[in-house]
Amino acid sequence: MTHEAPAAPRDREHALRLLRGMVRIRRFEEACAEQYSKGRIRGFLHLYVGQEAVAVGVLDCLERDDAVVATYREHGHALARGIDSARLMAEMFGRAEGCSGGRGGSMHVFDAATRFYGGQAIVAAGLPLAVGLALADQMQRRPRVTVCFFGEGAVAEGEFHEAMNLAALWRLPVLFACENNLYAMGTALSRSESETNLCVKAASYEMPAWSVDGMDVLAVEDATRRAMTAVREGGPLFLELRTYRFRAHSMFDPQLYRDKAEVELWKQRDPIPAFASRAQASGALRPEDRAALEQEAEAEMAQAVAFAEAGRLEPVAELARHVYFEGEAR
Amino acid sequence: MTERIQQSFRDAFRQSLREALLRDERVFLMGEDVGRYGGSYAVSHGLLAEFGPERIRDTPLSESGFVGAGIGAALGGMRPIVEIMTVNFSLLALDQIVNGAATLSHMSGGQIHVPLVIRMATGAGRQLAAQHSHSLEGWYAHIPGIKIAAPATLEDARGMLWTALCDPDPVLIFEQARLYPVEGEVAADAGPVDLERAAVRRSGRDVSLIAYGGTLDRALEAAQSLAAEGIEAEVLDLRVLRPLDEAAILATVARTHRVVIADEGWRSGSLSAEVAARIAERALGELDAPIRRVCTAEVPIPYPKHLEDAALPSAAGIAAAARELVGRRG
Repeated sequence: MTHEAPAAPRDREHALRLLRGMVRIRRFEEACAEQYSKGRIRGFLHLYVGQEAVAVGVLDCLERDDAVVATYREHGHALARGIDSARLMAEMFGRAEGCSGGRGGSMHVFDAATRFYGGQAIVAAGLPLAVGLALADQMQRRPRVTVCFFGEGAVAEGEFHEAMNLAALWRLPVLFACENNLYAMGTALSRSESETNLCVKAASYEMPAWSVDGMDVLAVEDATRRAMTAVREGGPLFLELRTYRFRAHSMFDPQLYRDKAEVELWKQRDPIPAFASRAQASGALRPEDRAALEQEAEAEMAQAVAFAEAGRLEPVAELARHVYFEGEAR
Repeated sequence: MTERIQQSFRDAFRQSLREALLRDERVFLMGEDVGRYGGSYAVSHGLLAEFGPERIRDTPLSESGFVGAGIGAALGGMRPIVEIMTVNFSLLALDQIVNGAATLSHMSGGQIHVPLVIRMATGAGRQLAAQHSHSLEGWYAHIPGIKIAAPATLEDARGMLWTALCDPDPVLIFEQARLYPVEGEVAADAGPVDLERAAVRRSGRDVSLIAYGGTLDRALEAAQSLAAEGIEAEVLDLRVLRPLDEAAILATVARTHRVVIADEGWRSGSLSAEVAARIAERALGELDAPIRRVCTAEVPIPYPKHLEDAALPSAAGIAAAARELVGRRG
């Protein structure tokens, strides 16, 4: 890809929107970690800290009717897609007010209203699902795109290859958004793949494959906007977003597999301060904006936690609900 | 009096597909060789010419990919019928069926549902050896969130598909491959049938033969030979393996007080074990004799005909078990 990413946000509104998006995710994730240590959130909790520029940059380019399929590290995508932070936090707490009614938890965020189809916690299993959502759109002649997020670990799974082939074969409107944070849990890409250039793999399915700096929200947004146009017009596209997870894989991970020095090096590329200073240098943001957004996010997430704490625990008598759909088929 | 016609199971299944495709534009058939080849068992022969390649959709050999695509298409508002060549190949799609289709309604707190039908051939009897002959439908019946249909009569071959397509949840239809060429009489205008109840296929007061799918015709044959000896066997066709019609099972036990369960699955951990357990839990006092099971021998299905025959439940084996029970007066 030879296209040059924009060096600065278009204007103040644009800059505020992107920075706010990232700051909200960061604060939400920190709040989750705090609630986890208090024992209010249990199970597996996978935090998105470090990768915020990807969710914000990509999801800023979606239309209302587009669909999203994400993974078990999906809080950031859910927030960026417009799912209310209070309902999201209630889901972490397993409360009935949660966006999945509390049944899913951290790994299974769903929201029919924004066409957010998980929260898929089997690596690569979301890809065929995205292919099918796009197939339904194609067969019903609807100009919608399905964006499918997955990590680089997914490329080792058969479902990745099956889905890439199907999408390309049938020219389906899927944007495959691969967040390459270098580690599949604790396994580095170079230790698990004979070919570590992900775009080469995708290109073998005869689809355009672009690699983007996933720590640069403007580059992500710019590439995604062009990718979405290409997908709407011509079929699937693979977007590699080179990023890094600052925190452990989950709350149980002692991080034996990577050097602290490597983590520190990547933290110097933290997408939030990086973008804030660029936006400030270009005049799109004022020096006090970042602190103000952080306070705003702090207050929002405090409210989200309070909402979750006050949430209702579903009565045990309702245990068997939703195994089968309770309404008429739509 | 409605007209009755002579029809094979293959033609009955094909007619049900054709009627579904005519009834609802959202219905399409997808699978390996369903189009140009005409279906590996010729069930979809001729449908491509009538409905075109978009609705009779050949797929690559990607069971997980196209089953997942079927789930996604169902979420996207279509009514996909996914054909998997045989139950053995469905294991390649087990993740999508068990972790995906069966869980999405529940994990999303009932926000989304998967109106998907998966058809597949099952069962032995055609010398196809150990990777094309197994009967794993009882295994699938273990999974909450899906429904399992086992058509063993022409009425059910004609009528289960449409009911399954109207169901908001995933339905797996297991077609007994040995039955495809078998002909019989059926009403010309045979229509939808329920997917809830077991059916008494023959009444009797001495012993109950509980069967499904590949063992129904053998149980009926056994009942006929028993009748010649003055033993009146009742034959209960389970029809639907999940949800299991427990009331019908208990009712036949209450009428005859003796039970033989015939199951083409292996005995250990089988559906027959589930049926026996329910009888033991709820109707032990009704029994005048121990429950007997006639199942497939615990070997992978062998190729040579005499060994395959020896491995499978037979009419003679079912009759012998029944005779033994009736000989024991309570």
